[in-house]
Amino acid sequence: MTTAAQTAVKTETNMASIAFAAFLGLSVLFITGFASSATLHDTAHDMRHAIGFACH
Amino acid sequence: MLKNLVYSALFAGLAAGVIVAAMTIFMLVPTILEAELYETGQLIHFGDVNAAMPDIEAEQDWARNGLTALYAATIYIGFAFVMVAAMAFAQEKGVQITTRSGILWGLAGYAAFQLSPAMGIAPELPGMISAELVPRQIWFVGTVVATLVGIGAVVFGKNWLHWGVGLVILATPHIIGAPHPEVFGGIVPPELAAGFAGRSLAVGAVGWIALGVLSAYFWLQENA
Repeated sequence: MTTAAQTAVKTETNMASIAFAAFLGLSVLFITGFASSATLHDTAHDMRHAIGFACH
Repeated sequence: MLKNLVYSALFAGLAAGVIVAAMTIFMLVPTILEAELYETGQLIHFGDVNAAMPDIEAEQDWARNGLTALYAATIYIGFAFVMVAAMAFAQEKGVQITTRSGILWGLAGYAAFQLSPAMGIAPELPGMISAELVPRQIWFVGTVVATLVGIGAVVFGKNWLHWGVGLVILATPHIIGAPHPEVFGGIVPPELAAGFAGRSLAVGAVGWIALGVLSAYFWLQENA
């Protein structure tokens, strides 16, 4: 493989990792901030208010 | 790459989450508890101002605060994953990341996730009246996305077209406007609500600046 091709492959794996990390973060935020499960709402209540997430 | 992303996001999110948890418990939770006294009718706003107020004080509940701390850490770890991913992406595109520029990254995240949404939907106390939940959540998410894209275009844009489009995207959610309730009938005193909104934004600013700096620090450490 040429150096240019190796760099291209590396950049591609990096981009996949970055996309995965961003997706993971957004999933955590969706569950803790927006999901309407009663248990989640009650336990996260004060923090949702504190951070200004619309929750009820 | 993935390992570095995960470790730096976990460390940065946890550290910023601890700072935010402490500030939330001591600066915001007391007001939430006081608002709940009005929400449950133990205290009444617009009562007889000359009558003595019942002597009720909201007390900190440490089991409840434990959950608040847990969620503060979890939410900030979520923010940290998005932050570190954005920094890594910028770095791939040739942008240099430093702990000092982390302050600006933090402020950008703060603008997107808290400041800009708060212009339409101010941080609310229990017992306040608000528009229906789903339209508010849609407007909230749309505003976060628009603010992130708009800031990106303004900061990394190369010409007037990019900057102009960025500014229009930043303004769009506010031109559309957030959903508001048709009538105002909150039972919580406005003095309490205004103080809460101001403090909530201040705590957010501190948390996000800390998150930006810590994310840059751990990202650079992991890649050293």
